[in-house]
Amino acid sequence: MRSTGILGALSRRMLIGGAVVLGMAASFSTNALAAPKTGAVIGMAVEPGGLDPTIGAQVMIGQVTWQNIFEGLTTIDKAGKVQPQLAESWTISPDGLTYTFKLRQGVTFHNGVAFDSSVAKFTIDRARGADSANPQKRYFASIASVETPDPATLILTLSRPTGSLLYWLGWPASVMVEPKSAADNKVTPVGTGPFKFVNWAKGSKVDLAKNPDYWNKAVSVKLDTASFRFIGDPQAQAAALKAGDVDAFPEFGAPELVKSFEGDKKLSTVIGNTELKVVAGMNNTRKPFSDKKVRQALMMAVDRATVVEGAWSGYGTPIGSHYTPNDRGYKDLTGTWPYDAAKAKALLAEAGYPNGFSFTMKAPQMAYAQRSSQILQAMFAEIGVTMNIETTEFPAKWVADVLKAADYDMTIVAHAEPMDIDIYARDPYYFNYKNPAFNDLLAKVEATSDAAEQDKLYGEAQTILANDVPALFLFVMPKLGIWDAKLKGLWENEPIPSNVLTEVHWEE
Amino acid sequence: MKKLFSRPVLIIGFLVTLALVAVALASLVWTPLPPAKMNILHKLQPPLGFGLLGTDQFGRDVASMLMVGAWNSLSTAVLAVALGASAGTAVGVIVAMRRGWLELVTMRFCDIIFAVPPILSAMMLGAFIGSGRLTAVAAIAVFMVPVFARLTLSAARQIWTRDYVMAAIGMGRSKATITLVHILPNISGQIIVQVTIQLGLAILTEAGLSFLGLGMPPPAPTWGRMLADAQTFLGQAPWLALLPGLAIALAVLGFNMLGDGLRDLLDPKSQA
Repeated sequence: MRSTGILGALSRRMLIGGAVVLGMAASFSTNALAAPKTGAVIGMAVEPGGLDPTIGAQVMIGQVTWQNIFEGLTTIDKAGKVQPQLAESWTISPDGLTYTFKLRQGVTFHNGVAFDSSVAKFTIDRARGADSANPQKRYFASIASVETPDPATLILTLSRPTGSLLYWLGWPASVMVEPKSAADNKVTPVGTGPFKFVNWAKGSKVDLAKNPDYWNKAVSVKLDTASFRFIGDPQAQAAALKAGDVDAFPEFGAPELVKSFEGDKKLSTVIGNTELKVVAGMNNTRKPFSDKKVRQALMMAVDRATVVEGAWSGYGTPIGSHYTPNDRGYKDLTGTWPYDAAKAKALLAEAGYPNGFSFTMKAPQMAYAQRSSQILQAMFAEIGVTMNIETTEFPAKWVADVLKAADYDMTIVAHAEPMDIDIYARDPYYFNYKNPAFNDLLAKVEATSDAAEQDKLYGEAQTILANDVPALFLFVMPKLGIWDAKLKGLWENEPIPSNVLTEVHWEE
Repeated sequence: MKKLFSRPVLIIGFLVTLALVAVALASLVWTPLPPAKMNILHKLQPPLGFGLLGTDQFGRDVASMLMVGAWNSLSTAVLAVALGASAGTAVGVIVAMRRGWLELVTMRFCDIIFAVPPILSAMMLGAFIGSGRLTAVAAIAVFMVPVFARLTLSAARQIWTRDYVMAAIGMGRSKATITLVHILPNISGQIIVQVTIQLGLAILTEAGLSFLGLGMPPPAPTWGRMLADAQTFLGQAPWLALLPGLAIALAVLGFNMLGDGLRDLLDPKSQA
């Protein structure tokens, strides 16, 4: 179209004038006219060793891939509840031994392969097979057979009732993978999720991009791109947040630095719950920890509130058992052995150690472990017990010496997995705790599918642990979320270690 | 005496070192509060807010920790330098006495040890025997050996060419006797100067090892670990990093000045 005459000249002038005004406005407030952001950079402290949650135990793998790249038959929502995902619905036979899943149709993997019952069978057989490297292999142990009568139906037949099966199928370790790409998922993960894997710059970041063919049209994924950046040092994490290099640190590393964000209007601080239970495990077969009274005395010597204050700047919730307030059927058992140094000393004398004893704490290098150890050291000194601290490199050396060989007196570590109270029933496990009554309770939990009954049994199991003190139950770590105030949709709490980006978006 | 007062470097170095030694020794009998005593209610108090120099993240008294830290730092340094200096000096005078292929082999061996930084050797030692004071002492001492071996070798070689040593050889004195009677007394000045300077270096290295978690384990306070622990509290409690840093700097400065002053005092050239 040719512009002629006075109107054309005028409109051109108006255009220029308008542009000048706009330019001035932009110079005053640069954000006002900028296009809405469609990318997000999420910070994480530790880089995962691989990107396949079905073969690696590190929680960081799930924190990058779970619900972003990979999805499961079921999923766990932000409240910790089981929800259908790639399985639309299911029916459970009255005896609790047959699970019939109706699978969602029209779902494709990022490489174009269609999801159907044969893929689901492949995934489950791979996880439960003899040479499975699945970190939660025991979750699949009760599955006796997998049948696929048609592409939309999957039938699992169990050898014994497994009340937690649907919950377990929602875990990162149970996500659906297809046969062609499964072997390479460690470096180039291929799933059915709302984001596709783009690139992994080792030591720096993992890039994801929106999956335009995402099956779930009920959600509208707002982000076009997302990156996970790995920054270990808390000071550097804080600097990256303040400079805007990273949009969010869902698990910020240093509670003592959280206050420094308070005056910053660009950032919001969201303190949520996690499943990270900090417990000081004891070698229950080694003297003097083999004596229940000694363990109880040590528990009474610990003032949990002080540990939380000293180790994690007061952020955190004391626990009395291996269970967190967000777990179903939680009981507050911190009063079972309340802090009382005099009583602790008396109980220790009763156990035959009037002058205390000395032992070695193998403490990993992480700040929470080092600080908690030093506080415990001071508290035990009050009742005449000498604790030497030996720093043990985590994960390699700690896993070899403590977790695998159980060659230790006491150690301290945060257990990240939700609802993992059953670790005290495992044999062998590093606590060397053996209590048939406790094992029976956990077997009963799986045998029933009545939720109320399960909650009651979990309560009894917590009470046994709180009383027996196989480990000193200290506190649950908070989720110190620091992110750009305009970034919405990240989970406040962490019922399972994750960074779900499906609903993340920038507020205009 | 007059000569002493005309040397301000020596005097300042001496006074700073004396103060450090006095504080370290005093910590053995008295500190304002037990250094390991935690009082979480009073954590992160500024200097003069609670105690003389404030409290750390566990509410421990920083002044008490610095005092005991002085002892831990100084005793480790003295022990390490004493071991390194005696071994190095012994090697140096023996090699100077024998010369020949022994000198070649020993000096190349010293070069190899020199090439490995003490932090690295401490890490390797720590992996074998676990971290602790012993590791720190051993790592620093090993590093000191070639320093003293080189110094004594070159100094002793000069003395061996002196006329009075020639005369002693002529009179049939054994080499060992000559070393004890003539060589060692004549190079002692240089050794003392070197010991002083190396003490400063040893304190710095000990702090570095503690910073990395290779020094004495908690609850024993060390300047290096105080500094390491203070890192994330820098914004809230800068004194937690400043004070141990200042202590390390002062101690090293004191020993260096004392060493320089002693060198001027004992240097044969300036005596002429």
